[in-house]
Amino acid sequence: MKIIVAIKQVPARDSQLRIAPSAKWIAEDDLTYEINEPDAYALEEGLQLKEKHGGEVVALCAGPPRAAQTIREALAKGADRAIHIEEEDMGAFDPLGAAKLLAAALRSESPDLILTGLQSDDLGYGQTGVILAELLGLPHATIIMKVEKRDGGILVKRELEDGWFQHVEMPLPALLTIQSGASKLRYATLMGIKKAKTKEIRRLRAAELGAAAGSPSITIERIYLPQRTKQTQLFEGSPKEAAAKLVEKLKFEARVI
Amino acid sequence: MSILAVLEHSGSAWHRMSWETLAAAQQIARELDTTASAAFVRPGGHGFADELARKQLEKVYLVDHELLNGYTPDGYAIALRQLIDRAAPRLVLFSHTYQVRDFLPKLATSLGKVAVTDVVAHRVDNGQVVLVRQLFQGKVNVDVRFAADGPNFASLQAGAYRADRVADGSAAVEVVRPQLSAGEIRTKPLELFRESQRAVDLTAAEIIVSVGRGIKESDNLPLVQKLADVLGAELAASRPICDAGWLPMERQVGSSGQTVAPKMYMAIGISGAIQHLVGMKGSRIIVAINKDPNAPIFEVADYGIVGDLFQVVPELIDAIQKSK
Ligand SMILES: Cc1cc2nc3c(=O)[nH]c(=O)nc-3n(C[C@H](O)[C@H](O)[C@H](O)COP(=O)(O)OP(=O)(O)OC[C@H]3O[C@@H](n4cnc5c(N)ncnc54)[C@H](O)[C@@H]3O)c2cc1C
Ligand SMILES: Nc1ncnc2c1ncn2[C@@H]1O[C@H](COP(=O)(O)O)[C@@H](O)[C@H]1O
Repeated sequence: MKIIVAIKQVPARDSQLRIAPSAKWIAEDDLTYEINEPDAYALEEGLQLKEKHGGEVVALCAGPPRAAQTIREALAKGADRAIHIEEEDMGAFDPLGAAKLLAAALRSESPDLILTGLQSDDLGYGQTGVILAELLGLPHATIIMKVEKRDGGILVKRELEDGWFQHVEMPLPALLTIQSGASKLRYATLMGIKKAKTKEIRRLRAAELGAAAGSPSITIERIYLPQRTKQTQLFEGSPKEAAAKLVEKLKFEARVI
Repeated sequence: MSILAVLEHSGSAWHRMSWETLAAAQQIARELDTTASAAFVRPGGHGFADELARKQLEKVYLVDHELLNGYTPDGYAIALRQLIDRAAPRLVLFSHTYQVRDFLPKLATSLGKVAVTDVVAHRVDNGQVVLVRQLFQGKVNVDVRFAADGPNFASLQAGAYRADRVADGSAAVEVVRPQLSAGEIRTKPLELFRESQRAVDLTAAEIIVSVGRGIKESDNLPLVQKLADVLGAELAASRPICDAGWLPMERQVGSSGQTVAPKMYMAIGISGAIQHLVGMKGSRIIVAINKDPNAPIFEVADYGIVGDLFQVVPELIDAIQKSK
C-alpha cells in the first residue's frame, strides 16, 4: 500500500498566544511548534498499516521552512520519504486553497490511501482532508479510529457522537481523516533519527505547482481574544490562601461540600 | 435569496442541535430582511415535515430518495447539491455535528465554495453576514466574511444559538426527489454500535473531579484521585488522558464521551475546548484550576484559581479535610 499522510506544523499547545499587530494572525516570533496532534495519530495509523501490509508511507506537508523539523520527526518515526510544499504564508490560503496545494503535489503519486488529521489545532477548520478527497475524486470517511484492510478495500471504524461508533466499508483508493487516540503513538528511536537524515524530502513551491493562494472564498477580517461574558470568581493569593477561600465559598455560598 | 437551514435527525428524533440552527436561520433572515426555509433528508419523512410546517418558514424541503436510507457522504452531498441548485439560497446553515463535518466540506467544494465551520456568533454589517468562529481550540476568535455571493455555507457550534427561540408559523412542504444512482455511492455504512458496557456511570455522580493534560504524567494521577476521594467524588478526564490510556475511556467527558451535570464539576488542568465543554457545561457549579488565565474553561467556571495545579491541589485537599 502506498500511503500518504498529511501532517501540519502548528504552535505548541501550551503557547501563550498574542495577537499580531495586523490582527490577521497571532504573533509568531516567540512560538515553538509541533506536529498537529491528530496528524501524529494519522502517521501512526499509516506506519502500522505499512508494517502489516508492506508498501510505503509518504509524509506531505505544506508550510514554511521551519516545518522541515516536523517533517524530519515523521521520517525518524518511520515515514519513508516526504514532500514539503514550501510556502511562507499559509495564512493566505483558505482550506480549499490549502487542499489544492496538497492535491497538486500528489498529482504524480497515485496513492492507495491518504490519511489526514480530522482537524488542525490552530485553524480548526476540520475540512482540509474532505476537500482534498473531493478534489481528487476519492471516497472518504471522517473521525476514524481504526482501519482494516479487506479484499478490494478497507473497513473503518468511525466515531460518532455520545459514545456511538459505526463501521463503514469502502474501496481503495480513499481518504480518511484520523481521530486522536486511535492507537498508541510511537517514539522515534535513535536508529530512526539517524536514518531520517538519509531519507528523501522533495521540496516544491506553491508557484511551481500552479496553485497560488488565488482569491480565497472566505476572508479573515480580524483576530482577537474573546470577551469573557461569564463572571468567574477568581481567588488570589498564595496557593494556600486561594484554596482556603475556594473551600469556604464551596461550603457556605455554593453549598456543594 | 433566502436562508436555508439543513436539519438532522437520528431516524426517530431530531438532533438536539437542529432547533438551534432553525432559530439561527430565522434570526438571520429577519436581520437580512429575507425569509428562512428548512430542509432535511429523510426517505418517507412526512411526520418530520409536518412538524416543521408549523414553524415560521417559507418552505420545508423534504429530500426523499430510497438511496438516502442510511447516511453516506456521497448520497447526501449529491442530493443536497441538487436541492441547493433548486432553492438558490443565499446562505445555508448546518449544525456542526459529526455528520455535517463529514459531508459539508465535500458539498461546498463541489460548488467551488468554502464553508465557515463551527460558528459561535454572527453580526450583520452593511447587509453582509460576518461570522465569528474560534481558533486555537477556543483561545482566539476570528471574524470571517464570505468573499463572493451565495450560496454560502456555515455550520453552527453546539449551544451558540437558543433552541427555544424558534418562531411558530406555517410553511408549505415540498418533496424533492434528487437524481441519484446506487453506483454514485461508494461507501457502505454498517450498523451503529457501542463499545462494551460502561462500568462507571458518571451521570449519577454528585461531584466530579476531572483531570486534563495539565497533569503531565500518569504518575501524577494519584494527586487528583486523592482530591476526588476527600470530596467523595468520581474521577473523570478530558480526552487526551483517556487517549493515552491513563484512565479508561468510560471516564471521558465530552462530545465523544459522557455528558454530565453534577452538583459540582472541578476541572483540573483542562483547557476547555468546545468538545469538552459540551459534556459538562450543564453542571450546577463549575470550578476551574488552570495556570492559564485565558483558558476557555474560565468562560464557564463559577469559581476559579489561576495557578499551578501541583501547588494548588495539595492545599485544596488540606483545606477540604480541615473544613470537615
Ligand atoms: C471530534 C472531536 C471530538 C472530541 N471529543 C472530546 C471529548 O469527548 N472530550 C474531551 O475532553 N475532548 C474531546 N476532544 C478534544 C478537544 O478538542 C481537546 O483537544 C481536549 O479536550 C483538550 O484536553 P485538555 O484540556 O486536557 O488538554 P489541553 O488543551 O492541552 O489543556 C491542558 C490545560 O492544562 C493547563 N495546565 C498545564 N499545566 C498546568 C499546571 N501545572 N497547572 C494548572 N494548569 C495547567 C494548560 O494551561 C491548559 O489549559 C475532541 C476533539 C474532536 C475534534
Ligand atoms: N498545510 C498543511 N500541510 C499538510 N497537511 C495539512 C495542512 N493543513 C491541513 N492539513 C491536514 O488537514 C487536516 C485538517 O486541517 P483543518 O482543515 O485545518 O482542520 C490536518 O489535520 C492535516 O492532516
